[in-house]
Amino acid sequence: MTLTFEDFPPGHFGTFGPRRVTREEILAFAAEFDPQPMHLDEEAAKRSMLKGLSGSGWHLCSIMMRMMVDGFIGRTASLGSPGVNEMRWLAPLRPGDDLTLDVEVEEARISRSRPETGLVTFKCSARNAAGQALAEMVSPIIVARRAAGQAG
Amino acid sequence: MRFFEDIEIGWRREVGSFTFTADGIKKFASQFDPQRFHLDEEEGRKSLFGGLAASGWHVASVCMKLMVADGRRQIKEAAARGEKIAIWGPSPGFRELRWIRPVLSGDTVSFASEVESSRSSEKRPEWGILQVRNTGTNQRGELVFSFLATAFAPRRNAGS
Repeated sequence: MTLTFEDFPPGHFGTFGPRRVTREEILAFAAEFDPQPMHLDEEAAKRSMLKGLSGSGWHLCSIMMRMMVDGFIGRTASLGSPGVNEMRWLAPLRPGDDLTLDVEVEEARISRSRPETGLVTFKCSARNAAGQALAEMVSPIIVARRAAGQAG
Repeated sequence: MRFFEDIEIGWRREVGSFTFTADGIKKFASQFDPQRFHLDEEEGRKSLFGGLAASGWHVASVCMKLMVADGRRQIKEAAARGEKIAIWGPSPGFRELRWIRPVLSGDTVSFASEVESSRSSEKRPEWGILQVRNTGTNQRGELVFSFLATAFAPRRNAGS
């Protein structure tokens, strides 16, 4: 069944993953979108502030998005997102990391301009297998409300 | 790239333009954001976007791609002038990212960066911290994308 606005009360929503991120994926994303030496070149990466090869922060965002789509957005009446309130890159994404995504609903409110929809604000945290937090994102998604008369 | 001391508030760079094709939109979406309005023209038309729309993360990643290319141009220019080269550090994150209007297949988005504020880093005296507003504008002059990035710029005399 498709999830609607009513299925997202504030509180813990779910935990998704693990999802392995390979060196090849990290290099391929960096080559196309973020070709900085710290994401592409082992030696240059060792000398960088991140002290070793790391994935692009935008790659991590994109993987978090995919984990959300696979985890629940794919079966949600999602109408898209207006943006991201805050994204914090806390620790580098490393080749071989197994990512787990914790998803919490921070706020859920009915839209004033489109009352047939609601705005669900999610807080998503990605952590590696050691439990270290890599990134934290707060982002609203527009979700359709259950149609009037439809069975709960 | 410039050193922290050489960056004024309001410093602006036009970083480049990119045309989003239907194939490119679908390729990125199938990998990272496989929602129906990013994968299929008809589903896109029926959605709030009104057409096949690029994933917001695709728009953001393309913005990064053009900023890295622009950074390389700046490094080359500085090297040609015989100047010492500043390499910016990794970013701790961003705020206020807004997908203001959909980016549809065939749209060309021009990106720009403007420094909004700066301060020194207490924890890392060799770096300065900048807040940079990055924006994307489509071929009709409509603002489609905006975010406020935090960046580390090296100080000119670090380590001396």
